Amino acid sequence: MSEFFQQIINGLSLGSIYALIALGYTMVYGILKLINFAHGEVFMVGAYSGYYIATALGVDGYEASGAGFPLGLALLVLVLAMAASALLGVTIEALAYRPVRSAPRLTPLITAIGVSLFLQNAAMLVFTPNPRRYPAILRELRFELGGVIITNIKLAIFVVALLLMVGLKLFVQRTWTGRAMRALSLNIDAARLMGIDVNRTIRATFAVGSALAAAGGILFGLDQITINPLMGVLTGLKAFVAAVLGGIGNIPGAVVGGLLIGLAEQLTAGYLSPDYRDAITFVILVVILVLKPEGLLGVVRQEKV
Amino acid sequence: MSAGMSAAAEVPAKPRWALRAGIFALLLAGLYVTGLGVQAGLIEYVQRILLIAGINVILAVGLNLINGTTGQFSIGHAGFMAVGAYTAAFVGVHLAPHVSAALGAGALADGITFNLGLLVGAALAGVAGFFVGLPSLRLKGDYLAIVTLGFGEIIRILFNNAEFLGSATGYFGDSAAGLPTYTNFFWVFFWVIAVICLIRNVTFSQTGRSLVAIREDEIAAEAMATPTTRLKVLAFALSAATAGIAGGLFAHMQAGIRPEDFKFDKSIDMIVMIIVGGLGSISGAALGGIFVAVSLELMRDLQQYRLVLYALLLIVIMLVRPEGLLGQRELHFGWLKRARRKGGA
Repeated sequence: MSEFFQQIINGLSLGSIYALIALGYTMVYGILKLINFAHGEVFMVGAYSGYYIATALGVDGYEASGAGFPLGLALLVLVLAMAASALLGVTIEALAYRPVRSAPRLTPLITAIGVSLFLQNAAMLVFTPNPRRYPAILRELRFELGGVIITNIKLAIFVVALLLMVGLKLFVQRTWTGRAMRALSLNIDAARLMGIDVNRTIRATFAVGSALAAAGGILFGLDQITINPLMGVLTGLKAFVAAVLGGIGNIPGAVVGGLLIGLAEQLTAGYLSPDYRDAITFVILVVILVLKPEGLLGVVRQEKV
Repeated sequence: MSAGMSAAAEVPAKPRWALRAGIFALLLAGLYVTGLGVQAGLIEYVQRILLIAGINVILAVGLNLINGTTGQFSIGHAGFMAVGAYTAAFVGVHLAPHVSAALGAGALADGITFNLGLLVGAALAGVAGFFVGLPSLRLKGDYLAIVTLGFGEIIRILFNNAEFLGSATGYFGDSAAGLPTYTNFFWVFFWVIAVICLIRNVTFSQTGRSLVAIREDEIAAEAMATPTTRLKVLAFALSAATAGIAGGLFAHMQAGIRPEDFKFDKSIDMIVMIIVGGLGSISGAALGGIFVAVSLELMRDLQQYRLVLYALLLIVIMLVRPEGLLGQRELHFGWLKRARRKGGA
């Protein structure tokens, strides 16, 4: 039984990382109807930014001296990496998506694949393809609770993810920009007529989504210990599946989908075979798309002529 | 489209089949002689590039049926190629002893084994394509694309775990020598011609026009009683089958195949081929396939920059010329005729 709870804990912490990334997919899809393939790479760049910022702030020295990295500096790493990724997201939008926004829908999809490939391979050149050990931004502490091992890192992942999601909820519901985002997702043209600056709002969407992905990247690095330039491919796909599972365009759906995918993956790895942990996500994807394409929490939208 | 139809109308109706059979026989003979010449005259390196170019042409022309003509989007085509490759390799290894026992070892037995393997591989890949196409009943555009991606990954993971096919190490047959290398210039270009003829005939048939109708406006096509789902599934199955043939040719070109030969990168290569050439143009896709084969070789020393450049190429083409080099136009002999007429007059 304790093994089962262990898998649940691991699944939930992995799932909350997926959820953070899925939010970016779902927000962009909700507004532009674009699968932002480059989002997984934004997540990867976020993780690497965290790596370099933490190194610049002297995390190695703290680690060597045995003293933990100060919490304030850890938060600074998080905030700076989120800012760097937000900048990257906005740049991608401006260079690769805005020029083709009014083109047929497959055109931006192909540029998105192009951007994703470009970032992956540029990262292999810049960061080298070798995996890197993630700096110990948090020193690991273990607790045991009835045979289940919980680390402070897993707890931190929950807490950070939860805080960010609550923050996003408040942002989307309470701020002017958030309201503009919701208006755009309903009807871009009507929103424009109501005086909403469409470009600015889309830029904000990319910034927020990318920042959340960067937070996911740092948490992923802490959780999985190593990072590499291709980490965004599979993780990004899984997060996208999470967004589809929850109902794409739906913010609570992305969170639910992320947690479910994380759980499914851990339980498959634990009870079936670790070989199939990646396959299960795609099986879920195909099943959900065939049975309920609008997702668990999504709304059916009738296609109009 | 209109140029193609008027060209067909110029040919007298009656002796058409005889003419075609004659052309076909001549073509085969020419191909065979060229193949001998290539094997004798060109160094192995150049031969290999030619073979890869041919395989790419098959992949690109086949994928174009889905992505170009029907306006759907498959980004998991490497999965179908893998099905064809593994099947052809498996059939080749297990059938070869029986066929040689019956017919005596030699070129004839090899050819029969090889092509049976290719056909079985194509059939299985077609079945896989059928199942991947089925969700198109409810899914459109980018959702369908994601399903193809998911299927492609699942297929690869299955091969990665299939012990009788060598798991992650790859499938090298049962002997130490690896897979038999049946693939040569003649067979590759035999299949190139066969696939191009097949896809061309489908594209310019009524079915093809219905596929184009789906691309242009699915709802309108449905309103005109076009069986959109059946046609989309058909396009997927056909396209997957051609990818299966390409896979089989690829498998018998070397000593073994590995699951990682059919990664997402491979699907991307195929997409680059058809985007460079022009979505919806058969000749464009063929040119794109050749372009990728040659550019891969030219950039061999720059291996790590290859995908960076491909990615930039994709983005720039989409931004500057989203319809690709040829767009939906075809290169055909009508152009030559017209040019001559213009010159003569």
